[in-house]
Amino acid sequence: MKKLFNLSILILAIASLLTAGEAVKIRMEGSTTVLPIAQLAAEEFMIANPDVTISVQGGGSGVGIASLIDKTCDIATSSRAMKDEEIKNAVAKGVNPVAHIVAMDGIAVILHPSNKIKNLTVEQIRKIYTGKISNWKEVGGEDKKIVVLSRDTASGTFEAFSKLALNDEKVRQDALMNASNQAIATTVEKTPGAIGYVGIGYISSKIKAVTVENVTCTKKNILTKTYPLSRPLFMYTNGKPKGVVKDFIDFILTEEGQELVETAGYIGLK
Amino acid sequence: MKWNSEKVVKPVFGGLAFASLVFLLGIILILFQQGLPIFRIVNLFEFIGGKAWYPTAEPAEFGILPLILGTLWITLGAMLFCIPVGIGSALFLHEIAGFRLRSILKPIIEILAGIPSIVYGFFGMVIIAPFLQNLLDIPIGQCALTASLILGVMAVPTVCSLAEDALNFVPKSFREASYALGANRWQTLTRVIIPAAGSGISTAIILGMSRVVGETMTVLMVAGGAAVIPKSYLDPVRPMTATIAAEMGEAVVGSPHYHALFAIGLVLFLITMAFNIIAEIISRNYRLKLGLGR
Repeated sequence: MKKLFNLSILILAIASLLTAGEAVKIRMEGSTTVLPIAQLAAEEFMIANPDVTISVQGGGSGVGIASLIDKTCDIATSSRAMKDEEIKNAVAKGVNPVAHIVAMDGIAVILHPSNKIKNLTVEQIRKIYTGKISNWKEVGGEDKKIVVLSRDTASGTFEAFSKLALNDEKVRQDALMNASNQAIATTVEKTPGAIGYVGIGYISSKIKAVTVENVTCTKKNILTKTYPLSRPLFMYTNGKPKGVVKDFIDFILTEEGQELVETAGYIGLK
Repeated sequence: MKWNSEKVVKPVFGGLAFASLVFLLGIILILFQQGLPIFRIVNLFEFIGGKAWYPTAEPAEFGILPLILGTLWITLGAMLFCIPVGIGSALFLHEIAGFRLRSILKPIIEILAGIPSIVYGFFGMVIIAPFLQNLLDIPIGQCALTASLILGVMAVPTVCSLAEDALNFVPKSFREASYALGANRWQTLTRVIIPAAGSGISTAIILGMSRVVGETMTVLMVAGGAAVIPKSYLDPVRPMTATIAAEMGEAVVGSPHYHALFAIGLVLFLITMAFNIIAEIISRNYRLKLGLGR
């Protein structure tokens, strides 16, 4: 019995040591696109600051913003800017959302290397994806059926592509919906008539990334926003960040943090 | 001690046996609880008969007819492949193959059942799909035909081993009686053995279908994934299982999309349950007919 008592004292002592100092918690929620960045950054930040715990959740940009408005999270990650209605809701609840751009994301449009087409306009891409153009000859290529590949409608890449290229119009029904960027790259590589879109990290020598509106999909063009299919990725806080939340956001914007952004497959701001 | 273990073992094993029932009831409960809320947004006919699946568009559309047809097309195609191959190999193993040949062939067929479905999927995606694409000169190799072929191969072990069991169940006396009446081997096979094992063979086919309908990873990788009503076997399709697998991870919990995916699961569950009930009824009748009882 005495042994047991001693043991429990010991456990209590260890537990209080671990939680000693102020146990600070940051709750982060939102976009699945930003999730890899948030996770990597949170891990590194927690190693450097053992007294801080950061919980990271996906759910989607809308969910994260809703949580920020309900004050159930400290940082909302988002792959889009807040909508007017969301800002109105936030103000009504006494929340003052502040945007921090933490990274840039670019979507490359890819073709089979044998395809002679080098450039597509955003309008042509939209027409191909919404079903108004179904043959390569309509955009100056050979007489061949276009095989349209898209990401699943729930993915962050789809969401971004849909917004940037399709104006939120519906993707044609006979588009092949793929579960990952890699699946799209592999299929395009093996299918002469295919068109697909992937994150910039998936461009390889086996597939051909076209220029969009005559702008090449490169890091530089995405950073300067001259490449049309690029977008900033956000973290929103309630008011100007203070304390550890500020430290965390500052950390992402340091050189080390931006390296993590690149590791996650996105484009750092520097 | 003996008396004691009797008292303990019986309820423990009884409890374990009933655990399956608890799992089944739990799954059914959750499927209904999470699936039914979608019918507050669309009615049953719009859901089952709707031709457009745009779960995240504004406004969203939840028509699963293309998905149901995708599943049915692939199942039909797979059956066209696996019934002749599965039943044919069962007949060969049972009637023609000698002991040695059978002891080699049977394990080989059973190994097919042990290959993980993602391996089939990868094989189909990297080898079969590009091969068919070149061979048939079609725009894209990931289509209903490719998925049917691979799922057909996957269902062969199920159909073959169950059909062989059914053939083995036919009492020896049937065969002896047939020979005694002067029937030759072919006549005995086609007029006595196969009819007597008929319902067992039907059960094998239905359980094979069940396996094909529920297969997920492979179709996710090789069927193409276009939620469109298929016009030919060379069109890409999107079966119900692939839709759930691809979208569940990203669907917001509690959203209409989430409930719609559960409702698809419910439809799938009802389909496979119907298959299993039919198989059970057939095999029960067959056992009675042969005088084997329950």
